[in-house]
Amino acid sequence: MSNPLADMDKPDVIFCIGTNMTECHPVAATALKRALARGAKMIVADPRRIGLADLADVYLPIRVGSDAALLLAMAHVIQRDGLTHPEFIASRTTDSEAFLEHVKDFPPEWAETITEVPAADIERAARIYGEADKGAIYYTLGITEHICGVDNVQSLCNLALMTGNIGREGTGINPMRGQNNIQGAGDGGALPNNYPGFQPVTDPANQEKFKKAWGREVDLENGMTKVRALELCGDRIRAMIINGENTLLSDPDRKHCEHALKSLDLLVVIDIFMTDTAELADVVFPATAFGETDGVCSNTERRVQRLRAAVPPAGEAKPDWWIISQIARRLGVPGFEYESAKEVFNELCSLSPIYAGLDWDRIEHGEYQWPVPHKDHPGTPILHQGEFKNGRGIFKLIKYRDPAETISEEFPVWLTTGRRLASYHTRTQTGRSAGIDYLLSEESLEVHPDDVREWGLVEGGVCQLTSPRGSVEIKVKATNRSPRGTVFASFSFSDVPINALTGSGYDPETDTAELKVCIVKIEPCERVISPRNSS
Amino acid sequence: MTTLAEPTVATMTLDGEEVTFTPGETIYEVSERHQKEIPTLCYDPRLEPFGGCRLCVVELEGARAPVASCTTRVTEGMVVRTRTPAVDSYRKVLLELVASENRELDVDPLRGYASQELMTLVDRYDARSGRFAGRQSGQSRDDDDNPFILRDYDLCISCYRCVRVCAEQEGDYAISIKNRGFDTQITTEFSGLLKGSACTFCGQCIQTCPTGALADRKAMRAVDQPGKIEKTRTICPYCGVGCSVDLLTKNEKIVGIHPAMDGPANEGALCVKGQFAFDFVHHPDRLATPYVRGEDGQLHEASWDEALGRAADGFRKVVDEHGRHAVYGVASGRAPTEAAYTMQKFIRVGFGTNQIDNCSRA
Repeated sequence: MSNPLADMDKPDVIFCIGTNMTECHPVAATALKRALARGAKMIVADPRRIGLADLADVYLPIRVGSDAALLLAMAHVIQRDGLTHPEFIASRTTDSEAFLEHVKDFPPEWAETITEVPAADIERAARIYGEADKGAIYYTLGITEHICGVDNVQSLCNLALMTGNIGREGTGINPMRGQNNIQGAGDGGALPNNYPGFQPVTDPANQEKFKKAWGREVDLENGMTKVRALELCGDRIRAMIINGENTLLSDPDRKHCEHALKSLDLLVVIDIFMTDTAELADVVFPATAFGETDGVCSNTERRVQRLRAAVPPAGEAKPDWWIISQIARRLGVPGFEYESAKEVFNELCSLSPIYAGLDWDRIEHGEYQWPVPHKDHPGTPILHQGEFKNGRGIFKLIKYRDPAETISEEFPVWLTTGRRLASYHTRTQTGRSAGIDYLLSEESLEVHPDDVREWGLVEGGVCQLTSPRGSVEIKVKATNRSPRGTVFASFSFSDVPINALTGSGYDPETDTAELKVCIVKIEPCERVISPRNSS
Repeated sequence: MTTLAEPTVATMTLDGEEVTFTPGETIYEVSERHQKEIPTLCYDPRLEPFGGCRLCVVELEGARAPVASCTTRVTEGMVVRTRTPAVDSYRKVLLELVASENRELDVDPLRGYASQELMTLVDRYDARSGRFAGRQSGQSRDDDDNPFILRDYDLCISCYRCVRVCAEQEGDYAISIKNRGFDTQITTEFSGLLKGSACTFCGQCIQTCPTGALADRKAMRAVDQPGKIEKTRTICPYCGVGCSVDLLTKNEKIVGIHPAMDGPANEGALCVKGQFAFDFVHHPDRLATPYVRGEDGQLHEASWDEALGRAADGFRKVVDEHGRHAVYGVASGRAPTEAAYTMQKFIRVGFGTNQIDNCSRA
């Protein structure tokens, strides 16, 4: 997030796109509700009539995967109606002329044909955001999990840049990160293109720095992404070590994924449960869990916070860093003589400019948001205040692209996927917590009531959901939350592995999978699914 | 040099001492800053002042009767006395009346974060006299069998903190108040179960309840276990918001969660997952030993020595046969940052490659 969570009750216009915040980041959503109670306006764009839509001043039920078209048309209206922020554009940005010319080609009437949202609603949303004194954008994977995820994010940046809604309190471009430490995984350097602290591996200065720190040469070019590595399993990739990820259920195209992992010479998994993925491993190591582990995590607002152990580990479970270090030591790799998480974290701080002002003892109370470039620095709650990291904000000329697959005679329905409030990811944790089944014990496919009738389905009955990649049986639930022609399910339940269907394409720049769009056909089933045994 | 307007210093007299205040502050807020320990039952600093319980009354010079300090804003020159025999007596009688309505006062602290408030005040003001044979207000909802929130309204004192936290803090408006006086009942629309309401089971109503009338059913499973409750501050293991929580442990087991009221990301708020989905930690399915795949193709329990040896041999063999680029590392978005750091260092230093990623591409 460019801005802190504490800012979320401060905007006068909130624009939520591709974020089901009341279910996926419920505590953050409470701040938005407080802003609304104080009179802020909210625009919500989402194919599904999610909880936020009920609170919105303007709800834009866009067709799945049409975000870029909507955002182009909003930029068109803002430009046409003179709602841009000329001083901000002049002093903080570059390439604005070409962009402001470019958006003239994309009026709301054009976007209506793609997004299926009335042009008048797009106009209204654009004017509300364009006229905001403090306009804040919030998004989640509904923006990024597309073949055009980068385009979508850059389209949002364009809107913020043209209206000057960045670098101030109550504004910004704010992705809500989905996992407790997905930010920290990047901070720690677990990326094929960056050393710790987002230092590019292709930069000779960084290569020199880490060669000195670690005492060995590292490749000068980027590694491959996990998506590519999975494609090359059994070919160029022969051994994989996976820490705390149930790849098989969470990644697209389960069949492909299972085949990939099975074709490895060596699969090592470190986890807290025998997940579907761990079942395929040659070696499984038991890791300590929440409440058993000392460590550090970074949240969605770049706040660096301490994790503390309160109970002893289950059985012989060990901290992840210890397990990885032991393997390294067995292989004779130097530099893994750590005695504690504190030693590991302090080494990271010494090598990462964004953590340079931090160490284990300084983050005791969690008041720092990175970058913290030196010991006297208070941290950076709001990014891009004086200037952007690379100087000026750059407008990008984005064009709309269709999703990797579009509905056809054979697959006439859009499927989109996501999470639900009472289950988390692949339910390895929530599925093993008492009481959660009372709220959500099984997966169901959310279908518009008129589609239920038209497709010959029965509420509570079972249907066969088939994509070009696979097929699952799933219970039918009629709900107005789904628009006509689009259905929804989560990927949480292993008995309904929705990711057997997904995986039509990937963003060419980031390799992020298009998990939010999949084409399917739906057929009624005779079979009856018995209620799950909620043990 | 710029000239700044001299900030006006507003002052009042608090228990005979001249103190400053910021315009807009209430008598209660100023008194709290000066450690006056004014008793309250309907007050939660996160919520709008309500003025319902009247325990926070103080003497204000010029006012006919004591005023509620939580709703009265300070004005210049105000003279306030927070403790006088009359005020103390007033508070004691009020507490005796409140206590007379409840089935019990001494509730287990596992019921909720604020559950000890009434009990503590009753003892502080020596108000267990039993002088009033009270009628009970609030009827428990034994029929609500949800596994999270015990609705033991026999202990309800109509402070409305639950209703207000649900509306003001959560924006959910799942519960409301039916009737008044002794017939007051906290309820959902159509008096149904919480599951049939807008309730998201975030547990905020439990944690703000000052009597234990709303209680944490999961934590209460450990009430009869011997041992002291200990608290450890950590961060919720679910989404990226990073809510601070206090783990409640008894005999080296996690028995419940309190939201951290001073958590920088959540300021006391939690959701159903952070509040209630903690017991996976002690689930019998937890991996307790390493496993290695045997010649029979099955995974078998193994010693650390054997498993580490197998992993190391495997990596060595792959590098020998297919080169160092054939090894790939995937770090976790759920494990601590040290896990990600050591994983990337293992790949970069162990194999000299950048064949490392995490699960953020889904």
